Amino acid sequence: MKIGVVTFPGSLDDHDAQRAVRVAGGEPVPLWHGDDSLRGVDAVVLPGGFSYGDYLRAGAIARFAPVMTALIPAAQGGLPVLGICNGFQILCESHLLPGAMIQNDHRTFICRDQRLRVENATTAWTSDFAKDDEITIVLKNQDGQYVADQHTLDEIEGEGRVAFRYVVERRVAARRLVDQSAADGSGALSGVRYDRFATRNPNGSYRDIAGVTNARGNVVGLMPHPEHAIEAGYGPSLDGLKFFTSVLKSVVNS
Amino acid sequence: MTSPAQPHIDTVGDASTTPDTAQPWSELGLKADEYERIREILGRRPTIAELAMYSVMWSEHCSYKSSKVHLAQFSENTTDEMNEKLLVGIGENAGVVDIGDGWAVTFKVESHNHPSYVEPYQGAATGVGGIVRDIMSMGARPIAVMDSLRFGAPDHPDTHRVLPGIVAGVGGYGNCLGLPNIGGEVIFDPCYQGNPLVNALSVGKMRIEDIHLAKASGVGNKVILFGAKTGGDGIGGVSVLASETFDADGPAKRPAVQVGDPFAEKVLIECCLDLYAAHVVDGIQDLGGAGLSCATSELASNGDGGMRVWLDRVPLRDNTLRVEEILMSESQERMMAVVEPARLEEFMAITARWNVEATVVGEVTEGKNLEVFWGDEQIIDVPPRSVAHDGPVYHRPMQRPAYLDALQASVPDDLVRPTDGAGLRAALLALMASPNLCDKSFITDQYDRYVMGNTALAMPDDSGVVRVDEETGRGVAISTDCNSRYAKLDPFAGAQLALAEAYRNVCTAGAVPLAVSDCLNFGSPEDPAVMWQFAEAVRGLSQGCRTLGIPVTGGNVSLYNQTADVAIHPTPLVAVLGVMDDVARRTPSGWSLPGQAIYLLGTTADEFGGSAWTQVAHDHLGGLPPKVDLDAERRLGQILVDAARLGLVAAAHDLSDGGLAVALAEASLRNGVGARIWLEQVCARDGVDDFTLLFSESAGRAIVAVPRSEQVRFAELCVSGGLAHSEIGVVEDGASTLEVQGQFVLPLAELRKAHTSTLPAIFGAR
Repeated sequence: MKIGVVTFPGSLDDHDAQRAVRVAGGEPVPLWHGDDSLRGVDAVVLPGGFSYGDYLRAGAIARFAPVMTALIPAAQGGLPVLGICNGFQILCESHLLPGAMIQNDHRTFICRDQRLRVENATTAWTSDFAKDDEITIVLKNQDGQYVADQHTLDEIEGEGRVAFRYVVERRVAARRLVDQSAADGSGALSGVRYDRFATRNPNGSYRDIAGVTNARGNVVGLMPHPEHAIEAGYGPSLDGLKFFTSVLKSVVNS
Repeated sequence: MTSPAQPHIDTVGDASTTPDTAQPWSELGLKADEYERIREILGRRPTIAELAMYSVMWSEHCSYKSSKVHLAQFSENTTDEMNEKLLVGIGENAGVVDIGDGWAVTFKVESHNHPSYVEPYQGAATGVGGIVRDIMSMGARPIAVMDSLRFGAPDHPDTHRVLPGIVAGVGGYGNCLGLPNIGGEVIFDPCYQGNPLVNALSVGKMRIEDIHLAKASGVGNKVILFGAKTGGDGIGGVSVLASETFDADGPAKRPAVQVGDPFAEKVLIECCLDLYAAHVVDGIQDLGGAGLSCATSELASNGDGGMRVWLDRVPLRDNTLRVEEILMSESQERMMAVVEPARLEEFMAITARWNVEATVVGEVTEGKNLEVFWGDEQIIDVPPRSVAHDGPVYHRPMQRPAYLDALQASVPDDLVRPTDGAGLRAALLALMASPNLCDKSFITDQYDRYVMGNTALAMPDDSGVVRVDEETGRGVAISTDCNSRYAKLDPFAGAQLALAEAYRNVCTAGAVPLAVSDCLNFGSPEDPAVMWQFAEAVRGLSQGCRTLGIPVTGGNVSLYNQTADVAIHPTPLVAVLGVMDDVARRTPSGWSLPGQAIYLLGTTADEFGGSAWTQVAHDHLGGLPPKVDLDAERRLGQILVDAARLGLVAAAHDLSDGGLAVALAEASLRNGVGARIWLEQVCARDGVDDFTLLFSESAGRAIVAVPRSEQVRFAELCVSGGLAHSEIGVVEDGASTLEVQGQFVLPLAELRKAHTSTLPAIFGAR
């Protein structure tokens, strides 16, 4: 099972995505931004990073890379594609996914262990989850605020195309959780860390959307990083592994 | 771009025929005797280009002219045994250490203090970029960064200008490079108000056979400049900024700060690694301070021949630059390589693949001199060693500061101390909320600590731990530390205490300490009192390293850190690097499993000089810092490492600022798991009261959490290692409190609130 991982100039998590594919049991295949060949892979990951420095707008230049001229039609034809962070931004810029990403509303980079709720467990990349599963994976970005117009938001909500949402406690519930976390020693709010995002999502994303899918369910993008939650001791959980085991199964089944 | 038109070129020929032309040596920061020496070396007056080159290379920052005579102690105190693990020592871009299994790591810490004050974002960003290029130029892949930041008072308006910019710069550059930021420090003290410190560390890995050095050898080999084009940024940054004290009324120096492009550097890293893998690079040097002047003279003086460079071939962003500006420009993201002609085509193919511009600007010659031409006109003809290595050496006058007797006599013994449980409780809360001891995640969450997928520990744990070998789990732990309040009271002891703390922090993670890098931040060397502080700190650090058996592999000296006549506290920052066979076995700083026994290792005396409690409770600095016993530190370290290897400890946390009380609170908050503590036995054993045991900052101590099943073995280990140990508590099942029996009960929620609210309240988190 070959899963391609594209390296753009400025890609940072490409090797991490390759490792995740390997740990999940797949064969990672490096793809180069300047080649317009997908080298016969069964699925593709667009990894995180700052492609081309993200100087114009995150993902705006990568979208025109030669590899994308092969990837866009393949994705439209059903090839499973996962965009992580910068990869999600590139998928939005390519119009493979709806909406756009702008700077975090607090205007700073944020790196944290982030709770997400799985909203759609039927896509090529989420089938090993159950709907409403809560997972914790790494969030790290500067431009992570998901935005779209009202009509688009209503449409993707209506079609079940929100794949992941940030878990946000309502204020009262959050207060209770803080107290309970202290009371039962569970460290539910990740121990010492002051959680300034207990009662709001960590970047201002509309409707707490962390990830979306296309209608067919083969193209999924999200801001947080599943590839950093695949090995015990090197991330907040092993929750990220299911993204990659999901796609291996979906490729077999198709 | 076509060659710029130079208004007038001062050639070597001109210099010989017009010996009496007046030259701006003073404006360029040279002293009269230094200018005379240049004339002596050359046997004529220097050309303008030569003058620029000497002035920048002989500046304090590049030549270490004030510190050199003292720094020699680091080599003198390195024994053969210490040298065994050292593959490359002081003098190269960064030291290299053998960590086993054929792996080598290189690490170094460097200052970017003055640029970060002038232009916080770019100053801090290019500080990260510069140290990462040092690591790259050894042939290594950079694998992590750390940043030790020191600011003025948190409530001072200028701190609100400086801190957000510096933090954003560190993050903006490091995050975009894809290097995990795994630790460091954030310290506030009014002494840094007009002179914040940005000390950036990077570590890289390589196979031992892949080590590269900065040397130009092999007659006919090509000298290639690659990476970014050369522009007008950072001209004179080194000599003007780093070697002059800030004058409150001085002109704005913004244009002298370099501007960074992390994307260009990321591409440069990958490009360099491809070049190394293809074995097409013979010698390599990064361009940092002093730009082309430094790179060409260092490469040439480390080689076995001369070098000829055509400056008009250097790709420019701005074709109005004059020759001396091109030589001095500190434009970022540039490297210089020496390549055999037969490998040139391959070299160019690799740089082209990464869209990195590469230009042959010169070649290695049979001669002895560094010769630089502009077209046909020769503008430089110098012995390269005279520029790069044989700069002036000063024996600056030194004098024990006049204020020191009074400062040391102002002992903290008479400060009012809490006497009951409520007082101890309040003191702990105040310390945990104080700017220096509070939770720093508001800042550190702006750094990517996960990228590369090898981070096993990061802030706020005692040290940063990253995996080097994905197959075996072999990896390194690094900690940077310095308590400049201690160093102010006694620079010799202060430097040793910084070393001891960094050493201890590496050991608490379970790693064996291997090597040291340092960043020595001091005031003006022209002040005899500062020079005395510097000499004492170097003496303390070098002797301390010898006692601990770990060599200094390199580092950086930053002088002139002062505003007008007032110097910063002496700040000899020490970074210790340790190795672990398998970082999966590292020891975290917080406990998580109820029922485990908590031990205090080491003994406690009444030592409050320079302590966090005297600062927070009484705004007091005086007396003497805690005593240093490096043999005891070594014994403690050995036990922590052995215990981690044998699986006897579940958590370990060092005792430093704020003493036992703060360590207990931090270890409880780390995972939100409380503890019950009893102090009677240790108080009786050490002859101290509860307050002293809780808040004294005696060195050589740590707390550990030991599973019940391992208590006997752990105690035996301590006994055989000759280390004082005492069971002082238990990790509590279901408790949400930190309880000190007979004194106070503190809910973790209250502790957490105090600990985490400080920075967001001051710096406006949303």
